[in-house]
Amino acid sequence: MELLYEFLSDPWSFWILRTVVYTLVVVMGLLIAVAYMTYAERKVMGAMQRRQGPMTVGPFGLLQPIADGIKLFSKETIIPSQAHRIVFLLAPMMLFALSLIAWVVIPFDKGWVLANLNVGILYLFAISSMGVYGVLMAGWASNSRYAFLGGLRSASQMISYEVSMGLIIVCVLLVTGSLNLQEIVLAPRPIWVQIMLFPMLIVFLISILAETNRCPFDLPEGESEITGGFMVEYSAMTYALFFLGEYANMILMSALTTILFLGGWLPPFGLEPISFIPGIIWFALKICSVLFFYIWARATLPRFRYDQLMRLGWKVFLPFTLAWVVFVAGMLMTFNALPGQREAAAAVKAEHVIVMNAVVDVTEADKKEAE
Amino acid sequence: MVIQALAFYLFAGILVVSALMVITARNPVHSVLFLILGFFNAAGIFILLGAEFIAMILVIVYVGAVAVLFLFVVMMLDINFADLRKGGMQYIPLGIVIGGILLFEFVTIYTYWQFSPDVIQNAALPMSGFGDAQNSEALGLVLYTDYIFPFQMSGLILFVAMIGAIVLTHRTRPGIRKQKVSDQHARKASDVLEVKKISSGTGA
Repeated sequence: MELLYEFLSDPWSFWILRTVVYTLVVVMGLLIAVAYMTYAERKVMGAMQRRQGPMTVGPFGLLQPIADGIKLFSKETIIPSQAHRIVFLLAPMMLFALSLIAWVVIPFDKGWVLANLNVGILYLFAISSMGVYGVLMAGWASNSRYAFLGGLRSASQMISYEVSMGLIIVCVLLVTGSLNLQEIVLAPRPIWVQIMLFPMLIVFLISILAETNRCPFDLPEGESEITGGFMVEYSAMTYALFFLGEYANMILMSALTTILFLGGWLPPFGLEPISFIPGIIWFALKICSVLFFYIWARATLPRFRYDQLMRLGWKVFLPFTLAWVVFVAGMLMTFNALPGQREAAAAVKAEHVIVMNAVVDVTEADKKEAE
Repeated sequence: MVIQALAFYLFAGILVVSALMVITARNPVHSVLFLILGFFNAAGIFILLGAEFIAMILVIVYVGAVAVLFLFVVMMLDINFADLRKGGMQYIPLGIVIGGILLFEFVTIYTYWQFSPDVIQNAALPMSGFGDAQNSEALGLVLYTDYIFPFQMSGLILFVAMIGAIVLTHRTRPGIRKQKVSDQHARKASDVLEVKKISSGTGA
């Protein structure tokens, strides 16, 4: 007991313990969210297709994700004899780990963040651009034609859509003037700026579908053409890791959309009366609405053809976002709304007030002297 | 401070080992994967130096884009590496000679090289005059003011290189059917469809 007390009273070990506990809370929350995301997906898609969805395991089928998880973990992992063993096993682990470590910079509420990085948005972008390696490694290490084709498709697709995603992020950064995710949420956005960023929200929503290999851009695993794509050789636990990583990435991208465009943990439309509801609830609700968009797109849209996917990314989104960056920068410049200019304007105003006060003081002093 | 030192030795150690593995790995795909590990640890060292912006850019540009294309190309190569290595032994004398010359040069430089004290002083001091500006802000303040012309010049060079790469690799192959979306949209039913009335019994 004394040892424990000593351990806890040391600020360093306390800091380590606290970080570990926070990390565990975030990771556990994320895994549960992933589990029930699959449930929600099946239920919502069922409703859209006039079916029931899962309904037998537990009340309303609520225990279905747990049953699925147990099934996946208790199956045998099969490693193809011709596979490159280490890379084959490394790929799903890497994909899963990457989808978890990105959450370290996500602010769930004001100050609720594990690492408040100055370059948070770049960190997220870097991690999401790493995701392609898991897929590429899996495709190559399986030593199978279908898996390899899936991996190559995924690599070119993710790179293509990252370009326009980067430009969209630049648009938002022009408005906020900071790379810190909390400051991005808190930066003031006049209504005309919101309207100006709205087309970027649409492009971003489509890009995150492509970035996470989801319908209608799920060509890397298009089962009608290349059976299961890059994960065709994976089974049981290794497959489960891919699955968890994919869904965690979807939730991550929804969180990123929420932070960039939907105001993070702030109540919608800046409504004061409902600000008593904690920020994390708003954050979760906004993420859920973006996730609903994911499911909605999957249930309604047919799969893109590969050349059409590339055409959309390079010939439509890239020129459009590039032009929009210039447009946003020009508008902000013209209306003195760039972050630096905003502060400068405020400083000028403050100086003006000080000068005015000084003038008033002087004139009053003059008056007194005259009297 | 102890943790920083530990982190530095961890990053540096993995960096050196992975750099070695890049040139010794038998499989070129493994080489590229080790290269990526090396990039990662270099980014870690940048973070320890407080240059988080450069660290992130290193990961985004090199790991996220350049190395992906590397891996892409290397995976597509269909070379039998055992054949490639067969004739390797005959180059060993030449390799030893070149290596010896390089080693000699390094030793001479290492023993006779001296930094002027001004340089050391400059290297130890970070640029002043930024106050508590963050990484990206400080970089922008320098890049877009004092170094605007070199900066624009490098942009121009990259632009020319990009155009060059596209021109060199772009080829128009005959006999390929391409989708022309504008043509498809411009097509009307009246252009291609004709409704004919055929009285019963006269059709083929």
